[in-house]
Amino acid sequence: MTAIASPAAHPNPLARGLRMTAIAVAAVIAYLVVLWMALSLFGGRTIDAAFPEALQQTVNALSIGAIYALIALGYTMVYGIIELINFAHGDIFMLGAFLSVVFIGGITGNNEAVTNIPLLIILILGALILTMPIIGLLNAGIERAVYRPLRKAPRLAPLITAVGVSFILQNVALTIAGSGDRRAPQIFPLDWQISVGGAEISILSIFIFVLAMVLMLGLQAFVTRTRLGRAMRATAQDQEAAALMGVDANQTISLTFLIGGMLAAAAGLVWGLRFGYVRFDLGFNSGLKAFTAAVLGGIGNITGAVIGGFIIGFIENFAAALGYARWQEFLIFVILTLVLIFRPTGILGQHSGDRA
Amino acid sequence: MTETTEVLRAEKVTKRFGGLIAVNTIDFAIPRGSIVSLIGPNGAGKTTFFNVIAGIYDPTDGRIEFRGETVIAHPRRAWLEPILWLVMPGVVAMATILASLAGLAQGTVILGIFATILVLLASLVTGVARGPAYQRFLGRFGIFRSARPNDMVVAGLGRTFQNIRLFQNMTVLENVQVGMHSRLHAGWVDALLSTPRNRAEELSSRIRAEELLALVGLQGTGDGLAKNLPYGDQRRLEIARAVASNPVLLLLDEPTAGMNPNETAGLTSLISRLRRDLGLTILLIEHDMKVVMGISDRVTVLDHGEKIAEGTPDEIRRDPKVIEAYLGAPAA
Repeated sequence: MTAIASPAAHPNPLARGLRMTAIAVAAVIAYLVVLWMALSLFGGRTIDAAFPEALQQTVNALSIGAIYALIALGYTMVYGIIELINFAHGDIFMLGAFLSVVFIGGITGNNEAVTNIPLLIILILGALILTMPIIGLLNAGIERAVYRPLRKAPRLAPLITAVGVSFILQNVALTIAGSGDRRAPQIFPLDWQISVGGAEISILSIFIFVLAMVLMLGLQAFVTRTRLGRAMRATAQDQEAAALMGVDANQTISLTFLIGGMLAAAAGLVWGLRFGYVRFDLGFNSGLKAFTAAVLGGIGNITGAVIGGFIIGFIENFAAALGYARWQEFLIFVILTLVLIFRPTGILGQHSGDRA
Repeated sequence: MTETTEVLRAEKVTKRFGGLIAVNTIDFAIPRGSIVSLIGPNGAGKTTFFNVIAGIYDPTDGRIEFRGETVIAHPRRAWLEPILWLVMPGVVAMATILASLAGLAQGTVILGIFATILVLLASLVTGVARGPAYQRFLGRFGIFRSARPNDMVVAGLGRTFQNIRLFQNMTVLENVQVGMHSRLHAGWVDALLSTPRNRAEELSSRIRAEELLALVGLQGTGDGLAKNLPYGDQRRLEIARAVASNPVLLLLDEPTAGMNPNETAGLTSLISRLRRDLGLTILLIEHDMKVVMGISDRVTVLDHGEKIAEGTPDEIRRDPKVIEAYLGAPAA
């Protein structure tokens, strides 16, 4: 069985957390150095000019990686608990982006940046508080209406159904919003930057990264330290045994979809802030990359999804920084293939008997 | 709840799998505070009967009363339930269609579509939380749904498995805490906000879990992974996990399977202690006759899905039908 990762099993959670943080910081610094070298060797910059650019790009990579990680969590949690690859999850993210555009646009009424900090915080938090539960409920409702009746059906049936749901959601967005880009109000001022050693680091990128980290640490605490989180892990390991211990499997699965949808909605909101547009097919592209991130990290594993999300963010950023933005997808899937050849279960994945 | 003298009463319970009758019109009762054993050759239907009691299978016929209430029977008019969910959104959808036919403004129609979706979502989510109120609501339409396994745990039933089914990748302590799930109350709001209630409950559940581990003789192992425990201890952990839900009736499915005589003796005394210290009623499936005859108040024998004998251990030992079907001629 795959299992939703269980870090609480470690004898000393604090030591484990510190070690993980140290590894993460080391990885980010390593990426910075590699990018710096690559920019000066192949990018035609002098070694002095390359450093600030590498620093800027690294922060950008962290913010885009955080968005992928948030989406990837929804894929991996759902897979962990019912072994379904929820292809509609990317479109849930897309709807989250649309809904937050509707809320923020509806309140501010224009596309201008808000420079009043308390007002900005209220707007963003308010949009999160409105969007996350609605999209989460939608995701849980879809599970209830569509996937649950197929719970005992052969694996392919819910899988194909998920593809169908994905098309339905895309077409709903297409019908309502049209086929072109819709502007997302970029209320977070893009010109807010910190200067570090000649680099202009975008505060929005830092904000996105911090917001995602807060949500992910919250999820981690939820899964490891609460009654419902324990129930979720127990259900992921052995649904029938969990039911016989008093855990309501249906409720737990609904909760998983709810949380996955909420995280995707948060990702949708920050996507709008960062890229300034939303489109009906957003979920396909980003969803596919987030799914790749979940597989790369080891699908079913929460920590793995986060790691995978950041790796995809780094790869994409690396290609773009060197001027090969068109090769992003190529590079992502080459690396995915290589990882899966040597570690078929992904970076942190556990062996599973049979997979869809 | 007024407590009945019989914790569980099964009436004419039958379970068919296609053409196979796994359990055939069994009448069965478990008096409060007793240890009752269920024995019989392999394939006699013991585990199927267990699973019917635990709410895993709906019986094909017959019913089971648990603590005086009929909780398990063949479902009645279950097809009506999903239709009920669709009534409310259906009304809103019809109103929308009528509005658009009447030529009302497009805004009203779009609003109607959104309202339909919202009501549909709401009714779906209501169906997720199936409390007693919801069951009574269904009862008003003549719908009967058997209790599901988790409902049975809430009602007061705990069980262990024939082949160990611990949550291998969770710690020993967490396994016991999962067993307490239905007796804890912190919801997701408590969890997300880390309210005092959540913290107090986590703390008290840890303390209680440690106590239960000590009761089954596993003190000090709480932080290790369940899969790293030795086999005999895994069986003990299963019992601690089952007892964690404060059950009234404990089902033990071959608790001494694969144990050496030493471990078996330890487990037998543990079972007696559970009854004495926790006031549990125990239903036991067991092949080891020494265990069965040593601790049971009553023994029921199944063969080919039918009850062939019932009585005190002494009566069973002498029953010619049981000797023929199961025990064999007494050695020496």
